[in-house]
Amino acid sequence: MTDPTPVRPVQEPDEITIAPDWRPMRLQPAWRNDFPVDGPQEQYVERREFMKFMVLTSLALAVGQIWIAVENVWRHARGQPEVRPVATLDQVPPGGVLTFAYPGPHDDCILIRPRDHALVAYSQKCTHLSCPVQPRVEEDVIRCPCHEGLFDLRSGRPIAGPPRRALPVVRVEIRGNQIVATGVEVRTL
Amino acid sequence: MTTDARRPFTRLQRTTVIQGMLAFCLILVVSQLWLLTASMNAYLGGDDSVVWPAAAASACCLLLNVGLLRYLYHLDRARS
Repeated sequence: MTDPTPVRPVQEPDEITIAPDWRPMRLQPAWRNDFPVDGPQEQYVERREFMKFMVLTSLALAVGQIWIAVENVWRHARGQPEVRPVATLDQVPPGGVLTFAYPGPHDDCILIRPRDHALVAYSQKCTHLSCPVQPRVEEDVIRCPCHEGLFDLRSGRPIAGPPRRALPVVRVEIRGNQIVATGVEVRTL
Repeated sequence: MTTDARRPFTRLQRTTVIQGMLAFCLILVVSQLWLLTASMNAYLGGDDSVVWPAAAASACCLLLNVGLLRYLYHLDRARS
């Protein structure tokens, strides 16, 4: 007399297909048996590919960091810009503003002469997203029209809006009737 | 009873291992992103004292991530 129950081979856990929704295969639609996608294996592959992408991102971030370091070396190698006259005193009356380029022809700067204060000069690039800033001498502020950033006119420090760093200062001296730019000082605050 | 120390991980064990590796990798990448933004802000503000230490720290994070990636390939080879 033979045993009516068929003997089924024992399967290793990894050989059992688990559907992506984790329900038993007998509850799955018929097509799932023809195209059995294994849920845990799919999860593993997804995470593996994501991890490869994250390592690539890590490489990109490290390259960016090294690029900053290399830029820093170049900045030191360039040294301070040349000393040169940028305007005469007659061109900037008290309460007046003058734009000039320093140190390069594309580095726009603003020279401001408040009524009760010595000359001040700043880079015209907003420290937020490099929009050209506009001085308002009567309000004692420098305004960035792009995102409503405000800087203090006398110190160049940010007082409102998105900018977090102060405007770079262009050092100026008065020599006779000449206004001479002697260097640029970038600042965190 | 003896166990084979070289027995490859099961499917679920591998998934758990890779989830742990992925979590560690994500922490490292977020750290690198923070380092990049902080040192870029310092560099643009004229403070260059943090530039090289930050670059070294970021390179260390990258090396750790590459080590994890190598282990991932090792896991795949052990399975096949």
